[in-house]
Amino acid sequence: MNNNAVKELLYKMADDALIIGHRNSEWTGIGPMLEEDLAFSSIAQDKIGHALALYTILHDVLGEPHPDQLGFMRKEKDFHCCQYVEQPIGEYDFSLMRQFLFDNAELLRYEALTRSSFEPLAQLARKAKGEIKYHVMHGDTFMKQLGNGSEESQARLQSALNNSWHLALGIFENSEFEKELIQEGIFTGEEELKRKWLEKITPTLEAANLKLPATEENKIVYGGRKGSHSEFLTPLLNEMTEVVRTDIDAEW
Amino acid sequence: MSSLDPRVNRLDTKKVKDGELHTNSHLITWEVFHQEKRGKQVTHCGIVHASTPEIALVLAKEQFARRGKTTNLWVAKTTDIYTFSSEDEDIFETTPEKTFREPGAYKVRGRIEKFQKENKADV
Repeated sequence: MNNNAVKELLYKMADDALIIGHRNSEWTGIGPMLEEDLAFSSIAQDKIGHALALYTILHDVLGEPHPDQLGFMRKEKDFHCCQYVEQPIGEYDFSLMRQFLFDNAELLRYEALTRSSFEPLAQLARKAKGEIKYHVMHGDTFMKQLGNGSEESQARLQSALNNSWHLALGIFENSEFEKELIQEGIFTGEEELKRKWLEKITPTLEAANLKLPATEENKIVYGGRKGSHSEFLTPLLNEMTEVVRTDIDAEW
Repeated sequence: MSSLDPRVNRLDTKKVKDGELHTNSHLITWEVFHQEKRGKQVTHCGIVHASTPEIALVLAKEQFARRGKTTNLWVAKTTDIYTFSSEDEDIFETTPEKTFREPGAYKVRGRIEKFQKENKADV
């Protein structure tokens, strides 16, 4: 098995989960209503859990550093998350749209990985799939409700979708190992995932009275998978690592 | 006048006269019922606020099923639940003379044991 290809896949998945988990947790206490505040926070916690599980595979199976070290001690350029998950939470329409677009891709990714030839990842995918299925149910339900709600809620979602589109397509940035991953049966690859994702979200967006923006290839926001990030990642990492940088031996 | 909870500040209640709250500030309340295992009884566990039954279920999942075992949840509009009036609470009072209706009043243990002994002897 090509270890570098697997590592690359695990790092980008773990980093996506950690960073979007951190971003979504920023809504804790200020969500639009109490029940949704709690639901969105809980979804965010699930993501941190997935990040930990992925870092643990990297550590236990592939000899990478300890999960705490991977989460808290790496530099910006060592993170492989896409730039979409780094973006500030904005207004709730943006965060909800991101939750919907990102988690639909995530569910399809994990579903494909349940059949991965890399058994530790296949096992994790089978375990986490149910949680992500709920995240998708949450996103889909709110899209349909708010897209068909008031004029304002529809317009807000449409503009959130327009602003998100080329960032969201950056999720599927190809790695240098696409061929190896597919040939060795580790993962079905980003192109296949993107195709399935478009197939999946299109009817939901239509049912939500939302129009799919036109894709302009040169506007897709790539770079994150290769360690090139927006100006928003470093402030996030600084905040996230504040405690551990203050007292490296702190236990909590 | 401002609250520590941003949600309360967002309500902007100053603009609203008594009895004129916008319909959007009045979500429907849903009674939530929790089922631990398939086939087990479904028990009431609380309420959520939501505009549709689908959203009520999605929100109920995180409020009431994020810890512990769950196999399903039900939601029903609070207004669809029929109850007795609290003035009629006295209908549930039981007089002490009715203990014969409770299972503990039957002194049958002895007879059961005797029956079991006899049956065993037969076998």
